[in-house]
Amino acid sequence: MELIVVEICRYLIIICMGIYTIQCFAVFRYSNEYDRKGIYLRQNFFMVMIHFMSFLSLYAQYDDLMYFRAYLIQQIGIMIILVAYRFVYPKANILIINNMCMLITIGLIILTRLSYDRAMRQFYIVMASALITFAVPFIISRIRLFEKFKWIYVGIGLASLAAVLMFSSVINGSKISFSISGFNFQPSEYVKIIFVFAIASILAHDHSLKAVLISALIAMIHVLLLVASKDLGSAIIYFIVYFCMLYCATRNVFYFLIGLIGLAIGSFGGYKLFRHVRVRVTAFLDPMGNITDAGYQIAQSLFAIGTGGWLGMGIGQGAPKTIPVVAADFIFAAICEELGVVFGMCLVLLCLSCFIMFMNISMKFEDPFFKLVALGLAVAYIFQIFLTIGGVIKFIPLTGVTLPLVSYGGTSVAVTLCVFAVIQGLYISKGRDHKREHIPSPEDFKTEKLDIVEL
Amino acid sequence: MKIFKNTGSKQNKAPVRAGRRHIDSNRQIGFITYMFLFLFLGMLIYLGYFTQVRSKNIINNTYNKRQALLESRLIRGDILSSEGNVLATTVSDNDGGYYRYYPYRNTFAHIVGYSTHGVLGIESMENYTLLTCDGNIVTRISNDLSGKKNHGDNICTTLNTKMQEAAYDAMDDRKGAVVAMNVKTGEILCVVSKPDFDPNEVIGRWDRLNDDKDNSPLLNRAFLGSYPPGSTFKIVTALEYLKEHNGNISDYGFECKGSFEYKGSVINCYNETSHGWVNFDDSFAQSCNSSFANISSQLDKRKFEDTLGQLMFNKELPLPFKYSMAQSDIGRSSSTDELLQTGIGQGRTLISPVHMLLITSAIANDGVLMRPYVVSAVENSDGGIIQKTRVREYGRIIDSGYSKSLQNMMREVVVNGTAKRVLDTQGYTISGKTGSAEYSSNKSLSHAWFTGFADDGDQQIAVTVIVEGGGSGGAVAAPVAKRVFDAYFN
Repeated sequence: MELIVVEICRYLIIICMGIYTIQCFAVFRYSNEYDRKGIYLRQNFFMVMIHFMSFLSLYAQYDDLMYFRAYLIQQIGIMIILVAYRFVYPKANILIINNMCMLITIGLIILTRLSYDRAMRQFYIVMASALITFAVPFIISRIRLFEKFKWIYVGIGLASLAAVLMFSSVINGSKISFSISGFNFQPSEYVKIIFVFAIASILAHDHSLKAVLISALIAMIHVLLLVASKDLGSAIIYFIVYFCMLYCATRNVFYFLIGLIGLAIGSFGGYKLFRHVRVRVTAFLDPMGNITDAGYQIAQSLFAIGTGGWLGMGIGQGAPKTIPVVAADFIFAAICEELGVVFGMCLVLLCLSCFIMFMNISMKFEDPFFKLVALGLAVAYIFQIFLTIGGVIKFIPLTGVTLPLVSYGGTSVAVTLCVFAVIQGLYISKGRDHKREHIPSPEDFKTEKLDIVEL
Repeated sequence: MKIFKNTGSKQNKAPVRAGRRHIDSNRQIGFITYMFLFLFLGMLIYLGYFTQVRSKNIINNTYNKRQALLESRLIRGDILSSEGNVLATTVSDNDGGYYRYYPYRNTFAHIVGYSTHGVLGIESMENYTLLTCDGNIVTRISNDLSGKKNHGDNICTTLNTKMQEAAYDAMDDRKGAVVAMNVKTGEILCVVSKPDFDPNEVIGRWDRLNDDKDNSPLLNRAFLGSYPPGSTFKIVTALEYLKEHNGNISDYGFECKGSFEYKGSVINCYNETSHGWVNFDDSFAQSCNSSFANISSQLDKRKFEDTLGQLMFNKELPLPFKYSMAQSDIGRSSSTDELLQTGIGQGRTLISPVHMLLITSAIANDGVLMRPYVVSAVENSDGGIIQKTRVREYGRIIDSGYSKSLQNMMREVVVNGTAKRVLDTQGYTISGKTGSAEYSSNKSLSHAWFTGFADDGDQQIAVTVIVEGGGSGGAVAAPVAKRVFDAYFN
């Protein structure tokens, strides 16, 4: 009996995810949020269905009421986030909220399957972070002084990274996290946001060579500190983010090309300098030939994805626990194994729709500072996804970064929620912008509503 | 789909709004967006390619621990011969458990393999296909409801039961291997390796089978054996001579006195027989070592190396299973002695029986090698075809004209030469080459080889036989091949 439940749920989950993903892009057909309302509601329905069917599968297999309870708690928690955002920020972009909750849902489903305790811990971290970041859109949309703090951003960012380098303990050859009273912090995660603000504030209004050089120097110190802590995944994200921001701020293709050349030289230098980079490259080139040591992780990941195939083995039916660090860096492999590669592809498309929406918001800004902030955060978000998924499926060498909002890891989740909240704040403030800048006329009052929600 | 509204240069229309200067970098933002979309498109295509094409080979690995998991959920599929005989199946025991049963016991041991203690053969190659259920959805659901296990897919092979049994019986208790294929399609028809084992008893006798280093019963000699080719290699030497003389061999003549001396190297004929005056065809048919040493001494080492490359020496073979690569170290710097030894199939050259079979079948097929395969189709448990193997060419490895010359020379071996013993056939003709390969310092010990093909005007199949320490190829190996041909044509 339980097999039928699992089998039926397996197909229905893929169908629901497929429809949800199509709707993520269908949204772009309409230019205002009002017309999109129907789509958003349908998305919420499919989100709930996926969550429900996954837990039904787990409950059918393990026959433990604990899963039923976990489902209720998680579902209520996510509902609260959804509803609270809509009430407190009626002008918020609901696609971003929906996608955020969908990613959290997928993360919780696969984490519950991997380890019940970890999933619940992740859930509480999500709720706490959501609560804290709830004020962020308000702050961003009301306070217009963020541009002024450039040296504060630089100071906090560099101090945090330097502190990690000097004081943190070494885990797997890298110095990444701090442990304060049982909680692990990964400064490289939250400094990402501060870094984007720092670069945006330097380059927003000043494109002189001096400003460019200063920003380059600051970016370089950040990257070098990360390289010194052997956090190469983060280092490459900061690098890419910086050059994308520089390119957009100056509109000079030359800088972009320098960035690409720098990336090539940097990668080659990293390969020559660091043994663990060489190990990763060896594992990338021939995982099966090095399966006993360097290639083990990636080989296990490929086994999982390959055995799962297009439609997956069904939730709870695979063996994702054979993959090392499956809950964090390799969560995408576990998702593909049990929910199917089709589901995994939908997940990637879902993240892309978030990215497109972020870039869309960046484009709508005229204020160069916020334009750059939105761009920087969007690039940081999407590039991290590229690194983690590309690494897991052996498209690129493994860098060891998490899948934002899906992977297990407190700092990663909190910081990504913060990024989403900042973008949400930008979106809302964009709406306010319009209101303020218009000279009121009777004509305007008629169209105002449309104008505000035009994005 | 249009992703951006009001983007790009069209937006430049309102650079001044509420007195603030507007710097529009939307083109750059658009560029970055499309760059990432492009990157992700590439990644998704790769993921699709991996899932559809690459994953099958990747997951079939002993480090992939999912086999036991799948086996607990469904019944492993059957392996069938080309006639539909069951070669491996899963049977339920009285306690509701399941075990793997091989009705032909030792006969198909190496090629079908086993799945009970590690995996080998087709059981290993198609491990995850046998554990995949593509049965129709109604059957699957009704099985689920009634608590029955679903049946994995079945593998249909190209193996011919009659030929396999004939080869198995003909080899008797002798060590060695027999392998056969259809030269026009690439179907592998039979694979026998001796000594053998009973796959039904692998679990109970594992340690004994695995530790038996003298007999290595688990080793599939047809694919993984590496033997000196002996006189069968004269096919290659003859081909090289034909190439260097543009097929003009009528001028060749040699007076054989039982041995040949050149620059200090001495080559003896088998049993030091003197063959008298021989032309090129006689040298081949009588397998005259002295004459072939003479031929070898005239060969261009560099061109010889190229020919060996075309015949896939020191190269990967187009085979879907594990095999040992043929070795030859003829090259520009080879010594004369090496060249002479190699030319008669001694020296440091080593080859597997299946490689010899591929060369022989290319000759029989006028120089074109077909891609060998042993799995002809994958069926679901209801007999519906899930996947069918296509007949494909590997490519031309020998010029068609030289192939024809070699075919005639190989026919001469049976009509007038060392394989006269198998001349008497019904309804078809045999052509081939014998070999007696010395493998130790004791010159009286040799492996008996026969590699050849048979033709009934319509069908053509090739067979390669090796009997370890069997002695003369013509007397020992050729009759085994004949029994296999008989099983196919009669």
